[in-house]
This record gives sequence, structure tokens and C-alpha cells, in this order.
Amino acid sequence: MNSKGVVVIEAAQLNQYADISAVEDKPIIRYQKVSKSFGDLKVLRDIDLDIAPGEVVAVIGSSGSGKTTLARMLMTLEQPTSGVIMVDGEPLWHKEVNGELVPADEKHIRRVRSKIGMVFQQFNLFPHMTILRNVTEAPIHVLGISRAEAKEKAIAMLNKVGLGNKLDVFPAQLSGGQQQRVAIARALVMRPKVMLCDEVTSALDPELVGEVLEVLKEIAAEGETTMLLITHEMGFARDVADRIIFIDKGRIVEQGPPRAILGNPRNPRTCEFLSRFRQQWISKN
Amino acid sequence: MWDWEYAFSIMPQLLEALQITIIATILGFLLACILGLLLAFARRSKFKPLSLVTGGVVEFVRSTPLLAQLYFIFYVLPQCGITLSPLSAGVIGLGLHYSTYLSEVYRAGIDAVPRGQWEAATALNLSRTRTWVSIILPQAIPPVVPVMGNYFIGMFKDTPLLSAITLVEVLQAAKIIGSRTFQYIEPITIVGLMFLVLSYVSSLGIRRLEARLNRW
Repeated sequence: MNSKGVVVIEAAQLNQYADISAVEDKPIIRYQKVSKSFGDLKVLRDIDLDIAPGEVVAVIGSSGSGKTTLARMLMTLEQPTSGVIMVDGEPLWHKEVNGELVPADEKHIRRVRSKIGMVFQQFNLFPHMTILRNVTEAPIHVLGISRAEAKEKAIAMLNKVGLGNKLDVFPAQLSGGQQQRVAIARALVMRPKVMLCDEVTSALDPELVGEVLEVLKEIAAEGETTMLLITHEMGFARDVADRIIFIDKGRIVEQGPPRAILGNPRNPRTCEFLSRFRQQWISKN
Repeated sequence: MWDWEYAFSIMPQLLEALQITIIATILGFLLACILGLLLAFARRSKFKPLSLVTGGVVEFVRSTPLLAQLYFIFYVLPQCGITLSPLSAGVIGLGLHYSTYLSEVYRAGIDAVPRGQWEAATALNLSRTRTWVSIILPQAIPPVVPVMGNYFIGMFKDTPLLSAITLVEVLQAAKIIGSRTFQYIEPITIVGLMFLVLSYVSSLGIRRLEARLNRW
């Protein structure tokens, strides 16, 4: 622990946590000294983070801790103030020119971004399109596959999330949980290497949370997709994550396997956050 | 006082002139729709000089009378070697003038599309053009169709101004008929009724279009 009471995690220590196969692989995502400020407000400070291919990482922390910004920068929805984000060995926001990193153009960003998909808290389905078209739009226009093939893939994906019977309805006719499952299908049909889920159950009625988490668990269990889950669902994080990261005031203060973080947190801030969380959970239930 | 026979006898002339009015309105409005969208895009451009110049042009055109603009296009441009027929000059004048209003309408519609829609388009890696065509405009335009419809009717009622650049549209035709026979009441009344009927039919059409577009 350093003078500020923050557990400093050395690279060697970090490796202990990640599973063996993950250490051997090149990280698919790497944050290097990434900081983000909105005006004077420092949201994230010097984040260093490696995520291995296939790894499922859950990010927890109180609201305003910067955890959502972490994911939004990876989706290129926010630009880091400083630092470099690498995706599959390539810088996301930068381009290498004569050995130097310069800000990347739209074309480069689009190419690197194609490896990433995202599901949002508010679903963000396209309200003017049917469910089927929500899911086929990007495959047709981004991947350039034929309409027939896109439809086939979309139907398969919608079946997977249990909505194969809702092809021709509009998002407004679905429940929140169903809409979120469509959003998951819409992201997955693009076959991203990395899926970002930003508090995907926070906008849902409690009874609809389960169906969405079930779908995500299934995807996590397949092990093909690297997942970064920003979440408030501790039980879910415990069940699906290989690693939990606790962020507080823009820094990663503790990380490790779910059992270690949730069962035996070492950092006082993590303890405080989790105990607050438990109290809320107990009072709610 | 009202001479039915006379009224019927002038109908063919008036209907012919009405065609000019309708053509000028439809072409002018199409031009305004396209030009207005381009202005709205230019205004949103991240390239600051373009956005500022566009803002200035929009403000200038909106703050000067349509009649002055028509005079400029029809009487001043020929001195620069650009000679236009009265109808072309009228269509360009109406289109240009109304495009500045429509650009603001588009802007309001575009601004009302939630940010999450842009973000979802980015997350799906849709190109900029595809995002506009498939995601943003289909959500931005239907809500502003009623306002656009009002401008359409407004433009229709402004077409008599084109008589100032020698275009014989329907009201001018009525005036010419009246001055020939000294019987103004029939031609002017008929033209008034024509405007009323067409405006009403247009507003019904716009309402139907609105209902169709807002089915989700």
C-alpha cells in the first residue's frame, strides 16, 4: 500500500491473478497510462490494464468512479486525454508513423474499432427499424454481406437470445429485457472480439434482469468473446468473471479473482464499497 | 353583382396560371428541402469556417425580404452574365429563401435524436454516411414534417410575389383579367378560393404523411 492507502499492484502480482493461458497470450486489450479529464474533472488517472483474449473482466465501483468512461474510451465514444489503448496489438486512437504515435484518422479507428462491440445501459435500439433490421443493418452495410445471409445470421442470433419470434416488431413493442437481448444480438452478430457491457441491467425492472444476465452468462461460458462488464450486479460478476476490477476515484485500486475481491477484499475502499453494497442488497431483499 | 357566366369564362385562363403557381411551389420546395439539408450539414460541420460562414448566410437570407432577393436574382444577376427565365429565377428565389428556414427545422430535428443513437451507430461501426441515411435522418425528419408542411403552405402563399419578376402566376393572371374587363370581383375571389382549397388539401396531405411516418 502506498501513502494514499491505495494498493499498488505490480505487474508480477497482477499475473498471479490472471489464469495461466491468459498470461501466455498477448493481451487483446491494453490500457497504458490512460487518463481522461472532462474539463478540470479527472475521471480516470493513469490506468494500466491488460485483458487477455477470452477473459471476462467485471469492473465494479461506485457511480462517478470512472468505470463507464473506461469502456466508452475503448468504444471510441470518449477520447483519452493521455495514454494509449491497444487493441489486438494495434493502437486504437493512434497510428504509428515512423515509429511515432500520431492521432489516427477515421479510417484507422474504424478498422481497429471493428473488433469491439458494445451493449448500452439504455439499449439504444433503432426505434424506427424492426427487430430484424436492427440486427441486419450493420452486417449488410459494414461487413458487406448479402441481405439473405445477414437475415439468416440475424435470425440465428435472435434465436440464441430467445427472440426469434419477434422479427417484425418494433423495439417499442418489447419489454426492456427483450430490448436489451436484441441489443446483445445486434452487437454479437458483428462477431466482435471484445464485448463491452455498460451497466446493461441498470435500466431494467428487477424481474427482467435475470433474462439478460442469463444470455450474457451463456456468451461468457462459450469463452470465444473477451468481455468487459461494467456492472452493479455482484452476484453476476462473481458467477461469470475471471477477474474483478474495483475502480475508485479514477484509479484501479484492487483487482483479482471474484472470490478474492468479493470474499476477502484487502483495500479499505473496496471493503467499504462492498459492505455498503451488501447493506443495500439486504435492505432491498 | 357576381356574374357566373363571366366567372366560368375566365376559369380556363386562371387554371392555366394556377399550374405555374403549383409548379413554382413544388420545384421551389424541393430545392428548399435539398438546400436546407445541405445548409444544416454545413452548419454542423466540425470545420469551423464552413459552419460560421453558413450561419452568416442563413442569417442574411432570413433577415432580408424575399422580394428583394427575387429582384436581385432576376434584375441584378443578368449584369453578371446570369440570365434566368422568370420561372427559374422564382424557383431559385423561393428555394433559397425557404432553405434557410428549413435548415433550422432540420437542425431542430437532428438535435432531438438522442445521443445514444449516434453511439449505437458508432459501436456498430456504421460509416458516417450510413449513420445519417439509416439512423439519424429517419428519426430526425418525421417529427418535423408538420413544420415543413407549414413552410410548404407558406411558400405556396408567397408565390404571388413572383409577379414582381414578370411571372404570370395565378394572382397576376387574375389582375390582368380584371384590368381588361374592369370586373375584379370574380377573378380575385376565384383565386382566393383556389388558394384556400389547395392549402387545405395540402394540410390534409401533410397530416396523413405525418401519421404514416410516425407508425413506430
